[in-house]
Amino acid sequence: MKAGPQKDTLAAILAGERRALARAMSAVENETTAGKVLLHALQPHLGRARVIGITGPPGAGKSTLVNALIGAWLARGASVGVVAVDPSSPFSGGAILGDRIRMGEHQAHERVFIRSLASRGHGGGLSRTAARVVDLLDAAGYDQIMLETVGAGQSEVEVAEIADTRVVVCPPGLGDEVQALKAGILEIADILVVNKCDLPFAERTERELQAMLSLRHHELWTPQVVRTSATSGAGVPALADLIERHGAACASQRRSHGGRVRRLIAASAADWLKRRVETMAGAEIEQLCALVQSGELDYASADLRAIELALRPEYKT
Amino acid sequence: MTTAPPKVLVTKIGLDGHDRGSRVVASYLRDAGMEVVYTPPWQDIAAVVKLATEEDVDVIGVSSLATDHLIVPKLMLALEAAGLKDIAVIVGGIVPDAGEALLLEAGVARVFHPGSALEEIAAEIVRLTGARRAANV
Repeated sequence: MKAGPQKDTLAAILAGERRALARAMSAVENETTAGKVLLHALQPHLGRARVIGITGPPGAGKSTLVNALIGAWLARGASVGVVAVDPSSPFSGGAILGDRIRMGEHQAHERVFIRSLASRGHGGGLSRTAARVVDLLDAAGYDQIMLETVGAGQSEVEVAEIADTRVVVCPPGLGDEVQALKAGILEIADILVVNKCDLPFAERTERELQAMLSLRHHELWTPQVVRTSATSGAGVPALADLIERHGAACASQRRSHGGRVRRLIAASAADWLKRRVETMAGAEIEQLCALVQSGELDYASADLRAIELALRPEYKT
Repeated sequence: MTTAPPKVLVTKIGLDGHDRGSRVVASYLRDAGMEVVYTPPWQDIAAVVKLATEEDVDVIGVSSLATDHLIVPKLMLALEAAGLKDIAVIVGGIVPDAGEALLLEAGVARVFHPGSALEEIAAEIVRLTGARRAANV
């Protein structure tokens, strides 16, 4: 392997060549050496795109809303990248990647690139490499990048660190479930969308969300609630306007922001360490587990010991 | 790394809407540990080519129950024109003998007829994926 990525590949990605970009995404998704080298070389070319996170519970209408937003961005002259994550089966590891079924209206458009990813056992609503696939779309020159999470519950908030603007989609009439969500993903929202607004209870859900927001303190931006019907397109231009307004208001808090970079490094370091401790072999780790089992060692001390073991060069994978 | 699961597109081109078979196959492949991009029927060829490009699938499975297999040669030409000759195409469903010869000549890797075992389809996809990845290293 050469020290740098193939010059042609790099140039082709920067020129937005579709096939090269897609192949690079696979390399990154499969965490190959070539993928890592390529990401490193692309680092200076990042940060131009606007990244919009779309999250919410299963069936809220995230993919259909992404489809509607693709139309809105195209109408405004932008190019659009989409990264849509669907869950992998915990049993077989397989996945049905079906988000782009809902994005058929614009998927053939020249200025649209859609990529589906399976979560591959990663928690947090994304896949381990989703943020890096977003980087590739950024380097390839896509203006607006939408990152759609798996159907998310309370704690799938990883998208908050990766997206510039966080959109949480809520179906109307969740009632008590909305209450339950309050402490989770609703907190990360810059914009709350009550989708399927033609259904009963849409107004009530909107009122409840407004009431929740009124109790919180906000600085740069006060989260907004908007009602949409992704299938009819009602409210979608208003949502696109809000996303643009949020981007302008919070330009200093974008994903390149220092604090966020630190949290992302923390998350990926934790991920690395977890895999390392789970997969390392040897008498020492076995002994450590035995000591905890027999009660001779407490978990906090064992944690520190496991970190020391994980950092040893002989365990390099 | 060779541990990534096969990525397969299961689709239907043309005007036939009988999608039960493609759904059964897509579900089985998921249970066999594959990542399956599934589309509804009625896809046009240009859309399938763009989708296969963006998703970088290893194999495309086309389901055909009502003579849509006759436009698969056009799909093969379109894939070749897009530089996607490395993606293997398999066809499943109702394909008369004469049609099978036509498809194989057009570059289709394999045709699965009614009664084919799901395990056999999955095994063929694993084999084709391995061959593609070995060639693309």
